[in-house]
Amino acid sequence: MKAIEFTGVSFRYEEEGPFVIEKLNFSVEEGEFVAVLGHNGSGKSTLARLANGLLVPDEGAISVFGTPLTEKTLFEARRNVGVVFQNPDNQTVATIVEDDVAFGAENVGLKREEIGERIEFALRAVGMEAYRGATVARLSGGQKQRVAIAGVLALKPRAIVLDESTAMLDPRGRREIVDVVTRLNKEEGITVVLITHFMEEALLADRAVVMNRGEIVMQGKPEEIFARQEELVTYNLALPRIGVICNRLRAAGMPVSNTLSAEQLAEEIAKCV
Amino acid sequence: MRIVAEHLSYVYNAKSPFATAALRDVSLTIEEGEFFGIIGHTGSGKSTFVQHLNGLLRLPSSLKRRKKRPKCKKGELPPPETVLRVGEFDLTEKKTDFRALRKSVGMVFQYPEYQLFAETVRDDVAFGLKNFSAEKPSEEQIDGAVKAALEVVGLDYEEMKDKSPFELSGGQKRRVAIAGVIVTRPEVLVLDEPAAGLDPLGKKEVMELLHRLHREWCKTIVIVSHDMDEISENCTQAAVFSEGRVVCVLPPKELFRRADELTALGLDVPLTAKLVSALARRGVEVDCDFTTEDFVQNVLALWQAHGGKGGGA
Amino acid sequence: MKDVSFGQYYPVSSYVHRLDPRLKLLFLIAYIVAIFLASNFYGLAACAGVLVVIVIAARIPFGKVLRAVRGVVFLVIFTAALNILFYNGETVYASWWVFDITKEGLIFSAFLALRLVLLVVCSSLLTYTTTPVSLTDGVESLLTPLKWIKIPVHALALVMSIALRFIPILMDETERIKNAQKARGADFESGNLLKRIKAMVPVLVPLLLSAFRRADELGDAMDARCYTGSGKRTKYKKLRFTWRDLIAFLVGAALIAGVVLMKIYLPAPY
Repeated sequence: MKAIEFTGVSFRYEEEGPFVIEKLNFSVEEGEFVAVLGHNGSGKSTLARLANGLLVPDEGAISVFGTPLTEKTLFEARRNVGVVFQNPDNQTVATIVEDDVAFGAENVGLKREEIGERIEFALRAVGMEAYRGATVARLSGGQKQRVAIAGVLALKPRAIVLDESTAMLDPRGRREIVDVVTRLNKEEGITVVLITHFMEEALLADRAVVMNRGEIVMQGKPEEIFARQEELVTYNLALPRIGVICNRLRAAGMPVSNTLSAEQLAEEIAKCV
Repeated sequence: MRIVAEHLSYVYNAKSPFATAALRDVSLTIEEGEFFGIIGHTGSGKSTFVQHLNGLLRLPSSLKRRKKRPKCKKGELPPPETVLRVGEFDLTEKKTDFRALRKSVGMVFQYPEYQLFAETVRDDVAFGLKNFSAEKPSEEQIDGAVKAALEVVGLDYEEMKDKSPFELSGGQKRRVAIAGVIVTRPEVLVLDEPAAGLDPLGKKEVMELLHRLHREWCKTIVIVSHDMDEISENCTQAAVFSEGRVVCVLPPKELFRRADELTALGLDVPLTAKLVSALARRGVEVDCDFTTEDFVQNVLALWQAHGGKGGGA
Repeated sequence: MKDVSFGQYYPVSSYVHRLDPRLKLLFLIAYIVAIFLASNFYGLAACAGVLVVIVIAARIPFGKVLRAVRGVVFLVIFTAALNILFYNGETVYASWWVFDITKEGLIFSAFLALRLVLLVVCSSLLTYTTTPVSLTDGVESLLTPLKWIKIPVHALALVMSIALRFIPILMDETERIKNAQKARGADFESGNLLKRIKAMVPVLVPLLLSAFRRADELGDAMDARCYTGSGKRTKYKKLRFTWRDLIAFLVGAALIAGVVLMKIYLPAPY
């Protein structure tokens, strides 16, 4: 089944303004891990807000797990597709971790005992069970984002969209989030759409999608995408450094593949010299 | 301007149960002309350190008054004297002219675009200029300085000057914010995470901008960063902070040879360093300065020496 | 992050922490009434005694309690000084121009100062032992009758808790922007009032913009988590009146009764 499906979707923020997303066809399979890449202003954040009805398309149709997204099915869609945003400080409503994680579950009217179980499940899933009673303000950026993910998980979504949720974190925090998300995908079977401009994070995805001016311009396995360096540059994207090195070596005639793992590249270089 | 810090310590919320030592006995010298990198985790003290450099954080007043050595018990060494000098400014003196200091040491904070406030780009960039001038600068002087600053950060003066800073793109806003700091031509420019939150192209452009400033505008550049690739590609010298201490100060070429120590501190190493150690484990020694360019050249040279074809990249 | 004492929850687990916030709010009101009813030192001593017991039961370090007092030290000294100088007493110790320092004046101002300190300590104990969420839940629950006259009590309570959550963030941000403008030569410390207000513009504009941006993002995040603002929400932390609360209630009632009795049967003023 398709987790998220966009058919001919167009959107603009102002009437008469330019389309941020234009006639977009895009779909994510259930259980898939998709990375969406694009420079600032390419329309990738708009994509996240459309997918769970925070924005309404001007044209085209969106469906979530087989159900067309309409005013009636809005809350079903929001329960199924959770969104985690960029700024760790602007997503928590409550001062205490567990109160914040409870927020979504309270909103949909779950029973008390069930909310308790959801909190437990969600905090364990992001590895924050030890911080249940902690004050959000005293956590690190990565921990705050994990709490935000837990807050979304408490609604038991079948898919999670991360809208540049790693952009404001330090490398340690970024690693925490990527680890959590990968685990959720592999172990809980949750569909993941990771919107990012860190190329390295896209390496872990099943599929990478490159957006430019509201359109999908490239998609495929991350390694395939990164092999097309010239094309990426025209979309204002830079290669991960390892891609640059591979390309330079290959251009000089060295027989190295388009690998994205440092170990693999070292292995191949070692064979040549 | 040479920056010298010796035995510098700093405690937040001193004398309260929440007291946390942010700097512990830090000694560090930054020579004039350097493109200096400061590395460390969030909370390692790196931001606290750089905020001392233009007096935004000040030494505790007790230290300043203590010009005579404190008494100490027999057999005990007196506590080492704290030194903090930026060029001719002695920050342990009470009468330091902080305005003059701030004019010479420009400071660009994280996400500087969030400090923009004026109605037009021109007024925002001129803010520092007006504040630091002894006499009110004439409109022509302002125009000239703003024009030069905008141009060096790669923006067109005529196109930008009357625009509202809030209608610009993210990358443009950051450039305007940087222009607003360098407009007074500081000798030292300190930037905290200058590329944070930008997309890869934006990052690349900011780093190019810093090199241009280093060549044409400010003698010394100090960047705080946790992107090791950024440090290895750009810096002439780097200091590693951990838990409020300086672990080491070395040129990247030597620093990243000690990749294991950095990993032990929980810090990343640049990709090139990862490759070099992965190759070393396979018995291939690559001697490079950890820039992408040098790494590629060295690998190709090795390859040719082993009968590979081609004549370099 | 800087330590912001305002409304700061002190996260330990204790009997007092677990009490129903409604009870704590009512207790606070009752306690304040008791302080003002108390007409002699016995009454205040009883109040102070109860407070000490609460502090111990709440496992709050005394240093933390004193920090709360530190904020009002100036006010306490100021009112005490006024009272010492202007109170019309009989036993005069010293006199200068129109001022007389009298025994009664000294006693009265000590009494007043103690009252003020107790007031501050008991209010801050409430915020130390109650998370903003349960505090707002308590306020919401106590204000429920207002729902009948169509006042959106729930929304008001949510606004209050979000405000409490964002105050420290915005204070931090103010500090950051101030530093950034200082680095560009801004001067917030000199000049007359008008000049200082003008100097704050480069801080206030970015701060306001940031607050709006944050509000916008928070709104999206709340929407994304199915917030509707309608009454169909449930509450994870249901307020329940337990035996613990009953005991606290009895202690509170006993305190007020005691103070009232003292007022009647121990007429010696001060």
